[in-house]
Amino acid sequence: MNIDPLHYDVLIVGAGGAGLRAALAAAEEGARVAVLSKSLLGKAHTVMAEGGIAAALGNLDPYDSFDTHFYDTMKAGHFLNNYRMVSLYTQEAPDRVLELETWGAVFDRTEDGRIMQRPFGAHSFRRLAHVGDSTGKELIRTLEYKILATKRVDVYPEVITTRLFLDDNGRAAGAFCYQRDDGRFLIFSAHAVIMASGGWGRVYKVSSNSWESTGDGAAISFRAGAELMDMEMVQFHPTGMVWPPGVRGILVTEGVRGEGGLLFNSQNERFMLRYDPERKELSARDVVSRSIFREVQAGRGTPHGGAWLDISHKGPAYIKRKLPTMYEQFLKLADLDITRERFEVAPTTHYTMGGLRVEAETGATNIEGLYACGETAAGLHGGNRLGGNSLGDLLVFGRRAGLAAAAYAARRPGTSSLSYSSIEEERRRVLAPFAIESGENPYLIHAQLQQLMSTYAGIMRSGTSLTDGLGHLERLSERANRMSADGGLHFNPGWGLVFDVQNMLTLARAILTGARERRESRGAHWRTDYPDEDPEEGRRNIVQTLGPDGRIKVRDEPVPEMPPDLRRLFDDPVSPGVKRQREEASRARGSEGA
Amino acid sequence: MTEDGFRGREVPIWIFRGDGLSGEERQYMVELSPGMVVLDAVLYVQQHEAPDLAVRWNCKAAHCGSCGAEVNGRPRLLCKTRMDDYMRRNEAVHVGPMKTFPVIRDLVPDIRKNYEIARRIPPFTPAHPAPFQLWPEDVERLKEFRRCIECFLCQDVCHVLRDHHRLDHYMGPRFMLKLAELDMHPLDTRDRTPYVRREGGVDWCNVTRCCSDVCPEAIAITENAIIPLKERVADRYFDPIRDFWRGRSRRPAPEPPEK
Repeated sequence: MNIDPLHYDVLIVGAGGAGLRAALAAAEEGARVAVLSKSLLGKAHTVMAEGGIAAALGNLDPYDSFDTHFYDTMKAGHFLNNYRMVSLYTQEAPDRVLELETWGAVFDRTEDGRIMQRPFGAHSFRRLAHVGDSTGKELIRTLEYKILATKRVDVYPEVITTRLFLDDNGRAAGAFCYQRDDGRFLIFSAHAVIMASGGWGRVYKVSSNSWESTGDGAAISFRAGAELMDMEMVQFHPTGMVWPPGVRGILVTEGVRGEGGLLFNSQNERFMLRYDPERKELSARDVVSRSIFREVQAGRGTPHGGAWLDISHKGPAYIKRKLPTMYEQFLKLADLDITRERFEVAPTTHYTMGGLRVEAETGATNIEGLYACGETAAGLHGGNRLGGNSLGDLLVFGRRAGLAAAAYAARRPGTSSLSYSSIEEERRRVLAPFAIESGENPYLIHAQLQQLMSTYAGIMRSGTSLTDGLGHLERLSERANRMSADGGLHFNPGWGLVFDVQNMLTLARAILTGARERRESRGAHWRTDYPDEDPEEGRRNIVQTLGPDGRIKVRDEPVPEMPPDLRRLFDDPVSPGVKRQREEASRARGSEGA
Repeated sequence: MTEDGFRGREVPIWIFRGDGLSGEERQYMVELSPGMVVLDAVLYVQQHEAPDLAVRWNCKAAHCGSCGAEVNGRPRLLCKTRMDDYMRRNEAVHVGPMKTFPVIRDLVPDIRKNYEIARRIPPFTPAHPAPFQLWPEDVERLKEFRRCIECFLCQDVCHVLRDHHRLDHYMGPRFMLKLAELDMHPLDTRDRTPYVRREGGVDWCNVTRCCSDVCPEAIAITENAIIPLKERVADRYFDPIRDFWRGRSRRPAPEPPEK
């Protein structure tokens, strides 16, 4: 076997928005960069993001500001967020949006030629820069062509990463991978490694995520000693498709509600008026998801177990212009014309707020030389992510991780050394599934894992369900040790799935463990045995590490405390921008009266 | 929704198994479900019978453009092609890889060359950094081009590439679209016409409109991208009135200097 490693300054696992933005930043600093893409370039899950990029540009609502965006994000995250990340994010997002435009992205416009912004759940103002309902495609296509035109960045398409290597000093030093097309092994050595491999929504049965979202970067870093945080926080998006079966879980953009779509139960009641009379359909995602779930539980669900979403009152021309993808998606896949009919929606696993614990400014993890950004990292979104904050996250923290990793790589001399024995050991492990006779089918194990997680750690959990879930998971993991692969090395999805499932089993254990540990309901985490928020519980982030014995160790990390000037913002029941707007309006009324 | 008459029925599907050197269609049985698309059927086979069956897919909702292949000889997205359309017509379903590209395995083609072409295209070069003032009508016009999901079905169907194997001479419809998009961006400052003609090879297109027909995003590639590019090239290099003023020369105009 050829084990000559490929040397780079910065190695990036993942080619979605975060990975590509990190690569551009690192290359800008002069680093030689390798990007490992699980699919082809431009196909990562970012492409599926629909609604937009939340940035307080204030193009439509001049009262919007970064402190207003900060307020909305912290509140929606139920204060589990790392406030420093939120602060950086809300201040830098507008620049990141404009930079995309400089690189060729074309956003929808206002009448006077500026970037259009749309309203979205729990945002105080119209804030999401968007391109119809395919903003993620615009973002990744723009970064894709920028990367293609950038020297010093090599993209390796269709590569599976199975292990993170550390050097003798415990620093990140490289990775073991194989190419999907011919099964060839690739060994990378690098001064710095960035994990930007997205989330792990495929752990659940009903999911809006593509096959790739199996948490590879988070799982292999965890195995190498990195800390995971907030793993109990999994976002169930309120509106996934329900029918027909083949499309169950596919996302229906929040833009439908942003553009005026209304939710009804089977008795034609607009139930969100009951759950959140103030924000109604545009309440935070955790609230809307739970509301739909409760309606179905109460026997007021639609024929296939969801709620009705209706946008038809906006008229065909408007819908086709603002939501062309949704129109087409329902027409083609569900034989349904959303300009004329209402349609069924139900919660779908969408996003993982938890992930690798990082330093706010740089994305540095507890392993020296290892960075994380985007959905793989934890901290920005806390207990619940606001719509539109994910695409901005990729850009803001992708760039920051890229800059920090390049700077660190430049400081670290020589080439990183990999031990021959660890490479050889991994090579044998990766080939092992072919040697197991009459082993377990990874497709079946995956399906059972998804069923298990949906049953025991879904939108509604309890101490009992989580403990039961952990027991079942242990038995499933034992069987999974004997997963086998048929066929050869060339483009073999069954073989790749073995590693995907291993990663998902690891992360599923962390989800169950974290969820059992958090004895309260907060944000996306809903415990029937602890139905309320507990201020004490809200002061900690739950951090997990993997011991050498394979057991998970749990510890508390205090949630970073806001300085007084930021803390004071929350004394008001409304965001700073809305407050300023109301004050201005009442002054105007006062002067009119005078 | 689909007539449930098809539900639960077992039907055969023929899938190409093999690589660039050899291979054959194999028959598998699939249990139909309402609204089932060909990709669902292929993944069903993968889960139940052939775990190593190679197919590319990501989003399952026609956003990502990964699952381009040929169903009964026609380039299609597998996630958008309904099984019941064939059942209703009593047609057998045959699935194979895109023909224009070399096969890696089963339904997965080697499309690296497309990315090599993409890398060569001179990038967007704006007059100044954002913010830009762009009018809604400019954006509307660009939007059609930017709908492209890079499924490369247009490259697959194009005669120049499929039958004449001229990818080295003609970049193909996807990249004509890309060039037209860049050309029509109000802020782009490059003169791309010489590039469109020389490296792009736009003259190779003989306007059969096949690419527009197969585009799953319904982009009028020929009409709105390639023909305007051809017109620009013709204006620049073959304008008879300008030739007349140049001294009635029948020689083609000299190549303009590259920017």
